[in-house]
Amino acid sequence: MLKAHSITVKVQEKTLIDGVGFTLNAGEWLMIVGRNGAGKSTLVNAVSQKLNYEGIFEYDGVDIKRFKPAEFVKRIGVMKQGLSVDYSFTVGEVVKMGRYAYSQGLFSTLSKKDEEMIEYALNVCGLSDIANQSILTLSGGELQRTFLAQLFALDPNILVLDEPTSHLDITFQKQLFDLISDWLKHEGKAVITVVHDLSLAKAYGTHTLLLSKGRAVAFGETEEVLTKANLEEAYGLDVYSLMNELLGKWGE
Amino acid sequence: MRPKIVHGYMKKKLKLKREGFNTLPYIIFAILTLCTLILCVCLGSVNIPIKDVFRAIYSAIFAKPVPEGIAYSVIVSVRLPRVLSVALVGISLSICGAAMQGLLKNPLAEGSTLGVSSGASLGAVLAIAFGISIPNIPLAGTMVMALIFAFASLILILSLSYRLDFSLSTNTIILMGVVFSMFANSIISLAITFAADKVKHITFWTMGSLAGSTYTNVIILFAVLMVFGGIILRFSTELNAFAIGEDNARNIGVNIKRVKLLILFSVSAIIGVCVSIGGTIGFVGLVVPHITRMLVSANHKKLFPAVIFTGAIFLMLSDLLARTLLSPLELPIGVVTSFVGSIVFVIIFYKNRKKS
Repeated sequence: MLKAHSITVKVQEKTLIDGVGFTLNAGEWLMIVGRNGAGKSTLVNAVSQKLNYEGIFEYDGVDIKRFKPAEFVKRIGVMKQGLSVDYSFTVGEVVKMGRYAYSQGLFSTLSKKDEEMIEYALNVCGLSDIANQSILTLSGGELQRTFLAQLFALDPNILVLDEPTSHLDITFQKQLFDLISDWLKHEGKAVITVVHDLSLAKAYGTHTLLLSKGRAVAFGETEEVLTKANLEEAYGLDVYSLMNELLGKWGE
Repeated sequence: MRPKIVHGYMKKKLKLKREGFNTLPYIIFAILTLCTLILCVCLGSVNIPIKDVFRAIYSAIFAKPVPEGIAYSVIVSVRLPRVLSVALVGISLSICGAAMQGLLKNPLAEGSTLGVSSGASLGAVLAIAFGISIPNIPLAGTMVMALIFAFASLILILSLSYRLDFSLSTNTIILMGVVFSMFANSIISLAITFAADKVKHITFWTMGSLAGSTYTNVIILFAVLMVFGGIILRFSTELNAFAIGEDNARNIGVNIKRVKLLILFSVSAIIGVCVSIGGTIGFVGLVVPHITRMLVSANHKKLFPAVIFTGAIFLMLSDLLARTLLSPLELPIGVVTSFVGSIVFVIIFYKNRKKS
């Protein structure tokens, strides 16, 4: 579905990403991992067309720059990290905006499908009870789930999530990732997530892109990428021993 | 292709608020606006009974003979055009303020944030100071200069921002606007130093005044508001997305650059015309959208219709105070809007905070 060919991003002469490429097919879940400053979010910003980049992203053989904004987001839907809000909209209003690409204009009314999708999105993100609450009163996790629900209402073919679990408690983390796994079973869907938790990447990712200092250390099936040697190169640390030691504390 | 599996949640029917809005508050707003309008026509240096006002307007509209004993000319040729102009400028400034606050996701933004109103003032002040005028049409020189300068500053600000930052980010635009305002104000000060004999006239202009408005002004204001106000209102949904965040607007599929440019252009057109007719009237565009947002909703689909009424009421009452408070002396309307507006704002702000 999505192919990235040697993506390079330069901001004020500094190269943030240098010739990174990957391929994403339907049904796949690509995890982007790496240390702080490795270029994970920059890659997301490039895909979402926020940043200028060299190289090309191809969606089913078409350069994604050629899609109009509303057509683009139906194919590739992005959720960013670092959300903040200033005005008192309700949770329902924010989720409803997810249907913008399907019904533009001032006097357009919501179709039955729109309403179904909004209701579905609020339900799966556990927001039904607070749909009429102001977003200014939400906790970080609730806010994150509100924007996730917006994205589920939009229902793009590829979900791109930049650290979707950063504000979520462990229960919602699991629920979210299980939810995405189920969503992924539908035809023609794929997911890209930036994550810090390597255990999550290992448990859910079919494929992994390991970044270090703007370059791809490895890309491929998760098992082949998250090897001892690769992780040590990217993190400068014996990640395997650390994980075994940490998770070993949970022994029965 | 709706996903069927719902994880761990009871599927239940939602009670989402309907999209269509409750009309009752707007009917109340409309009645209040009408009452304010009548009140403002009645009161002034000469107080006129309501009955006479209606008779005068009635006879003016249906070309009936002028009733005797009524200050007919005061009502029809002085007060009515002034009050109507004030109401229209109030609406214009408030809509622009609301649009800018949403677009830039900045509660401190207003129509003048872009620097266009300073540019327009500069044009007007130069016209006054150096006596630029168009033969046979009084005051036209000031108006035309204000308009030319408004658009020249918009083009200058946008092209400078564009060269600095290809994506026309919010911060760049605000920064360029503020810098340009300072630049324009410094030249205004310079012009005042060179034209000491016209200081009073210039100061009055920069503080804003709608004294001496004509029906021509009313028609121009109305036409500009219909066209460019219409464009702004057309983008209510997009403004909601911008008010949540520019990233969010991009992520739901809004054509960021197009919407941004159209709104900035429309705001500039409206502000340019307002300044050319009434000078710079501060604080209206900042405070009215805020008060209305607290009363109604942050959702622009509900906010804009309400702002039309609150903007008109706020500026009509301010103008009433400006011309009656120290009568026969008339205050610049900008003094009243800033003075009253800030106090009203603080009161409402505190009340709202206490409630929640």
